[in-house]
Amino acid sequence: MGWAIALHGGAGDIPRSLPLERREPRKAALRHCLQIGVDALNSHRSPLDVVELVVRELENNPHFNAGVGSVLTSNGTVEMEACIMDGNTKRCGAVSGLSTVKNAISLARLVMEKTPHIYLGFDGAEAFAREQGIETVDSSHFITPENIERLKQAKEANRVQIDYTQPIKKVGDKIPVPDGDSQIGTVGCVAVDGLGNLATATSTGGLVNKMVGRIGDTPIIGAGTYANNLCAVSATGRGEAIIRGTVARDVAALMEYKGLSLNDAATYVVEGAPSGTTGLIAVSAKGEVTMPFNTTGMFRACASEDGYTEVGIWPGELRE
Amino acid sequence: MGGWAIAVHGGAGVDPNLPQDRQEEAKQLLTRCLNLGISALRSSLPAIDVVELIVRELESDPLFNSGRGSALTENGTVEMEASIMDGPDRRCGAVSGITTVKNPISLARLVMEKSPHSYLAFSGAQEFAKQQGVEMADNNYFITEDNVGMLKLAKEANSIMFDYRIPICGSEPCSAVVESPIQMNGLPISVYAPETVGCVVVDSQGRCAAATSTGGLMNKMTGRIGDSPLIGAGTYACDLCGVSCTGEGEAIIRGTLARDVAALMEYKGLNLQEAVDYVIKKRLDHGKAGLIAVSSNGEVAYGFNSVGMFRGFATEDGSMEVGIWE
Repeated sequence: MGWAIALHGGAGDIPRSLPLERREPRKAALRHCLQIGVDALNSHRSPLDVVELVVRELENNPHFNAGVGSVLTSNGTVEMEACIMDGNTKRCGAVSGLSTVKNAISLARLVMEKTPHIYLGFDGAEAFAREQGIETVDSSHFITPENIERLKQAKEANRVQIDYTQPIKKVGDKIPVPDGDSQIGTVGCVAVDGLGNLATATSTGGLVNKMVGRIGDTPIIGAGTYANNLCAVSATGRGEAIIRGTVARDVAALMEYKGLSLNDAATYVVEGAPSGTTGLIAVSAKGEVTMPFNTTGMFRACASEDGYTEVGIWPGELRE
Repeated sequence: MGGWAIAVHGGAGVDPNLPQDRQEEAKQLLTRCLNLGISALRSSLPAIDVVELIVRELESDPLFNSGRGSALTENGTVEMEASIMDGPDRRCGAVSGITTVKNPISLARLVMEKSPHSYLAFSGAQEFAKQQGVEMADNNYFITEDNVGMLKLAKEANSIMFDYRIPICGSEPCSAVVESPIQMNGLPISVYAPETVGCVVVDSQGRCAAATSTGGLMNKMTGRIGDSPLIGAGTYACDLCGVSCTGEGEAIIRGTLARDVAALMEYKGLNLQEAVDYVIKKRLDHGKAGLIAVSSNGEVAYGFNSVGMFRGFATEDGSMEVGIWE
């Protein structure tokens, strides 16, 4: 039994026709972040440090929907959220509604370590960031031309990516957006060391064209993020579906209450979620890894100490 | 089995020295809410409507910590949060950082039914409230003299917290601390203020629903979000049960308390009372909390590991109970 790590850059309707110039930079980023995580685990950094490190790297990369590259609210602004959890202690930290904090995941960690609370949002979170002296930048730093375009298209189509269980809204016909990856949502990392210490971290800009103030699954412990002494989980997809499915907690609960293996538990949860809404990455205390998804694709990568490595977007891709 | 059932709570963690008249007031409010719920259920109002109705009643009354009577932030303001969940298809709605909406639980319901999202907070939620035309009130409406006094004590307690074990006889601000060494959320129980109100209902069709509402933790940092608006932590409902929690928010979040009651029933085959007992005993570590729950079979259960929990329940077969202590 050794260490294991998995990371994701979002699950969604990623068409196989995604052009090379949109595919390769993301795969390269996944490989790069995976290597950072692997090196850290090999240097015996704690899983909590590792997941924060990797997610910071993903946040700084403009190709994923977190930090730089976050999708925009209906007002054209960014509102970022993140969450981190330590398996053994179940200590956790979450933040929402950030607009100037360079690395939301690091602020989440500060909430966990420097306050008696778990979750801070909006102005209060921004004020805390300043008190802590964490790096802040002008919010324009996070906004990319691709996301301005995505917002424009979403407004033209007058749609927001919605959970189709909401009865009132017109069930969105998914009008294909030219780049096809408008449903990228969230980045995350889970890790376990050789001693069975587990940690998880998730970060996101949320949904394209979301209402100002909308909170998704990412900062909700048990929905998008969860870790205990059995496993660490980070989910991605349609936030509203992940919330009602308490996805991350359910993987752990199935292991604990029903005795399922990591893989069986994760598969069960993903298969039980409405099609096209959910993906997750998870590691177990025993060093196992799993990355199931019920969407067209999920940007993902994983590695374990025995030398196994995988980087992929769609199902059934060959290991690299 | 079967038939409707309803349970309400007004917070877990009660000062053992709470004056008798306050205890009576609380029991009367709980009784009034139960009676309101019972009439509603007898007129076949669906569970989701009943939980909203009851929580609105609790929010409007300044006695407990929600709506009017909410605990205050460190700045002396009110920031309310609430969530609601409908069992049959697990639709949910939640709000946080509400400052001028009279009934946050109703806003949470509107998020569930009139927005494409599940959770709205702070200025975005307030903006949505305006668009929806819900009843608003100035932030001062929610602030009570009692809570202004409590905030002051909480601030004092926090600054001398590390001294509380040292007997400081005759020292006025400390006397509350010395008399009540019980603490919750780092505050002496006398200033802690019961956190949160909630209601769970199963109607005669076996549909479960849950709703929770709160002003949060006394002297909380502005922007602090607790367990009440978090689906799976403070509130949960599915086709098996409906659950609402109260107590130390951080412990409830880490323990994903509300979801775990349902998960134990679903994945481990426990019945409602067993699931509630398990969660209280094993999911809280050092935390103090309580919860109320109903099952689609018409059962009702509650549990708490704190000193006291304001609660009441009633079932179609005629049982009715209101209580505070063990």
